[in-house]
Amino acid sequence: MSNPNINWAAIDTNPKFQALHRKKLFFLWGLMIFSIIYYFMLPIGAAYFQDLFKIKVWGVVNVGLLFALSEFVVAWTIAFVYSRKANREFDSMTQEIVNELNSGSMK
Amino acid sequence: MNSKLNQTVLSTAALFCSGVSFAGTGAVADEFKWMTFAVFGVIIAITMAITFWAARTTHTTSEFYAAGRSVSGIQNGWAIAGDYLSAASFLGIAGLISLYGYDGFMYSVGWLVAYITVLLVIAEPCRNIGKYTMGDILAFRNDPKKTKVVAALSTITVSTFYLTAQMVGGGVLIKTLIGIDYETSVIGVGILMLSYVVFGGMKATTWVQITKAVLLVTASLILVFLVWSPYGFSLPAYLQAVVGDEKVIAQVTKLLGDSATGMSKEELGQRFLEPGLFLKNPIDQISLGLALVLGTAGMPHILMRFFTVPTAQAARTSVIWAMGIIGGFYVLTLFLGTGAAMLVGSAKIASVDAGGNMAGPLLAQYLGGGENSLLGNFFLAFVAAVAFATIVAVVAGLVLAAASAMAHDIYVGVIRGDHATPKEQVVAARVSSVIVGVIAITVGILAKGQNVAHLVALAFAVAASSNLPAVFLTLYWKKCNTTGIIAGMIVGSLTAIGLVLLSPNMTYPKAVITSAKKVLEGEPLQAAKDAQPAKPASSFACELFALEGCVASAPAKPASPEKAAKPGAADKLAKLNEKQQTLVTSLETLATDPVALKTAQDDLAKVKKDIAATEKAKTKAEDDMKKFEGQTTSLMGLEKPWFLLKNPGLISIPLGFLMVILGSLFTRDKRAEDMWDELYVRQNTGINAEAASVH
Repeated sequence: MSNPNINWAAIDTNPKFQALHRKKLFFLWGLMIFSIIYYFMLPIGAAYFQDLFKIKVWGVVNVGLLFALSEFVVAWTIAFVYSRKANREFDSMTQEIVNELNSGSMK
Repeated sequence: MNSKLNQTVLSTAALFCSGVSFAGTGAVADEFKWMTFAVFGVIIAITMAITFWAARTTHTTSEFYAAGRSVSGIQNGWAIAGDYLSAASFLGIAGLISLYGYDGFMYSVGWLVAYITVLLVIAEPCRNIGKYTMGDILAFRNDPKKTKVVAALSTITVSTFYLTAQMVGGGVLIKTLIGIDYETSVIGVGILMLSYVVFGGMKATTWVQITKAVLLVTASLILVFLVWSPYGFSLPAYLQAVVGDEKVIAQVTKLLGDSATGMSKEELGQRFLEPGLFLKNPIDQISLGLALVLGTAGMPHILMRFFTVPTAQAARTSVIWAMGIIGGFYVLTLFLGTGAAMLVGSAKIASVDAGGNMAGPLLAQYLGGGENSLLGNFFLAFVAAVAFATIVAVVAGLVLAAASAMAHDIYVGVIRGDHATPKEQVVAARVSSVIVGVIAITVGILAKGQNVAHLVALAFAVAASSNLPAVFLTLYWKKCNTTGIIAGMIVGSLTAIGLVLLSPNMTYPKAVITSAKKVLEGEPLQAAKDAQPAKPASSFACELFALEGCVASAPAKPASPEKAAKPGAADKLAKLNEKQQTLVTSLETLATDPVALKTAQDDLAKVKKDIAATEKAKTKAEDDMKKFEGQTTSLMGLEKPWFLLKNPGLISIPLGFLMVILGSLFTRDKRAEDMWDELYVRQNTGINAEAASVH
C-alpha cells in the first residue's frame, strides 16, 4: 500500500501542510462541538424546560416546535458553511501541496 | 417507567414490528389489490431493468463493491438517502407524530444531525484512505490480518442486527398492507434484493436506492401538498386546524389519562404540539441521541457509499445532498404525521397497527378520496409500493456491506493473504452475497413474531461503540494502534450487546403475566391518590442501573380520583353480550321511531366493536399466560431489567473510546507509528487515493 517514491514525513512537516492541518483542525472541531451541543439542547430543553418550550409565539406554533425546526436549519447551515470553506480554502491549499509534490520539490 | 411505553420500545423499528396486531388481511381491500400488484410490478420491472443494465458493466472487484468509483456526488447523495431512509423512518416517524405529536418530530432530528459527524470527520478521509470496506481503513496502519478479522466481525454483526429488523419489519409491513403471507414476503424481498446485489453489484444497488429515494420524496411531496394547500401553506393556520381537531383532542385526552381532567379542549389540543407525550426519560433519549449521532458515521453500509465516488470532493457533495434530502424528508413527515392525526385519526391508525406505521399509507388513501374510491386506493397502492421499494433498497445495501466484509476482508485479506486473482475476488464477492442473503431470509423467517425492534437501536449503538472509535482514532490519533483498535472494538460491541440483554428491551415474563392477569381477572378498586411530584433517583448510577439500595426515579403523577374495580375479560364479555342481546331486541320495538332506532344502531355497533376488542385482548392475555407459564426470568435470568435505559450508548460509547485509548497507550506498534505520516497526509490530501476505473 505504501508508495516508496513519496516521502510522507517530508509532506507532513511541510509548512503548507501544517497550515492546512491547523486550519482544518480548529474549524472542524469548532463546528462539531457546536453542532453536538445544539443538538442535545433539544432533548434537554424538552425534558427540563417545558414551560419555555410551551410558550406560543406564532399562532399555535410554540418555542419547542420552532426550536426543533431550527435544528434542521442549523444542520443545513453547518453543512453549507463547511462545504463553502472546504471548496474555497481547503481544496486549493491541498492542490498546492499536491502540485509541489508533483514538481518534485518534496521528493 | 410507564409500562405501556416499555412495551413500545424506543427504537424506530419498534414502530413497525413490535407487539403489533393486524386487522384482517391487509389495509388494501381485495377489490383493489390488482392495483397494488400492478404498481409493485412496475417498480420491480424498473429495478430489474436497472440490474440488467448494471450487470453488463460489473466485472471487476472495484465495479462490484464500488461501482467503479464512477458515481457522481449528487447521485451518491440520493443513494445515501435511499440507503438511510428505511421503512422505519418513512412509516415509523410519520406514525409516531400521528400518535404523539411533538415527541415524534423531536425524535426525527437526531437522524439528520448524525450526518454532521459523517460530513465533518468521516466522509472525505474515508474516501481518501479506503478501498472497499471499513477493514481497509483500519488495516492501513494497523496489523492488517488482525484488524480485518475484527472489523469484518463487527461489520457483519451490525449489518445482521439491522438486516434482521428490516426483514422482519418488511415481512410484517407487506402483510399489513396487502395481506401476503409473512414467509412469502420475506422470501420475495430476499430474492429480489439478492438479484440486484449478485448480478448488478454496487451499481445496481446504487440505482435502486436512487430510484427509491426519488419515489419516496415524490410521494411525500404530493401528500404534503394535498394536506397543506387548503391552509394556503401557512404553518400557524395549518397547525391551528390540527390542534382544534376533535380526533386529535381525543387522542391527547387518552394519552394523558387522569391528568387530562380539568384541561380545556384548547389546552388539550395544544398539548399535541408540546413535549412529553411519548418520550419520558431524557437520559435514555440522550443515550439514543449519542448512538445516532456517532453510530451513523460507523454504519458499514453508509461508509461503503463513500468508496463509490471518484474524489473526496464528490464525497463531500454527496453528504451535503444527502443532508438536504434526508432533512427535507423529516420536515415533510411533520405534515404527514399531523395530517394523518387530523384527517384519519389516531384511533383508526392505531387500530390497523399499534405502532402507527400505517399513518402514511392511510393518509394517502384518505387524500385520494377514501376507502372505497379508486384514486384513494391507487394512492395507497403507490405508497405501499414505495414502502416495499424502501425495504428492498435498504436490505440490498446492508447485504452488500456484510458480503464485502466476508469476501474482501476475511476471504481475500486473511485467508488468501491478499493473493487472490481478480476473478477469484469477484466470485468470492458474489458467493458471499448469496450466503448473507440466505442467512437474512432464514433469520427473517425464524424471527417471525419476535420483538426485533430494539435491533435497529442496537445496530446503531454497536456501530457507535465499536466502529466509530476505531475508525476515528485510526484517522486522527497518532498513537492509535492495533491493540487499541482490537480492544476497543471487542469491548465496545460486547458492552453494547450485553447491556441491551439486561435492559427493558427484553421480555420479562413476570411483567407479562401480571398484565395478562389484569386483563383476565380484572383489577380491584383503587383508592383516590394525591398528586406526586417527580422523584429523582438516589444517585446518577441509580438512573442507569438497578443497584442495591437504589431508589429509582419516578415521573410526576397527577392526583387521580377513586377508580372502580375493573371486571375480568370473561365477566366483561358476558356483560357486553347481554347488552348486545338487549339492544338487538330493542331494535325490533323501535322500528317506528327513526331517531331512537339510529341511536340504538350506533350503540349496537359500538358494543360489537367492544366485544371484538375484548375478545382480542382476552386471547392475547391467554396466549401470554400459556407462553410464559412457569417462567419467572428473562433470557438472561433476570426478573426485571438491571440496566434501566433502552439504549446502551451512554455507557458503551465512552467505554469503546476508552479501550482504544488505553490499549494504544499500553502497547507499542511500530507499523502503526511508521504509517502515521502517510495516513495523515493521504487522508487530508487524497494523494494516491484509489482512482475511478475508466470505461
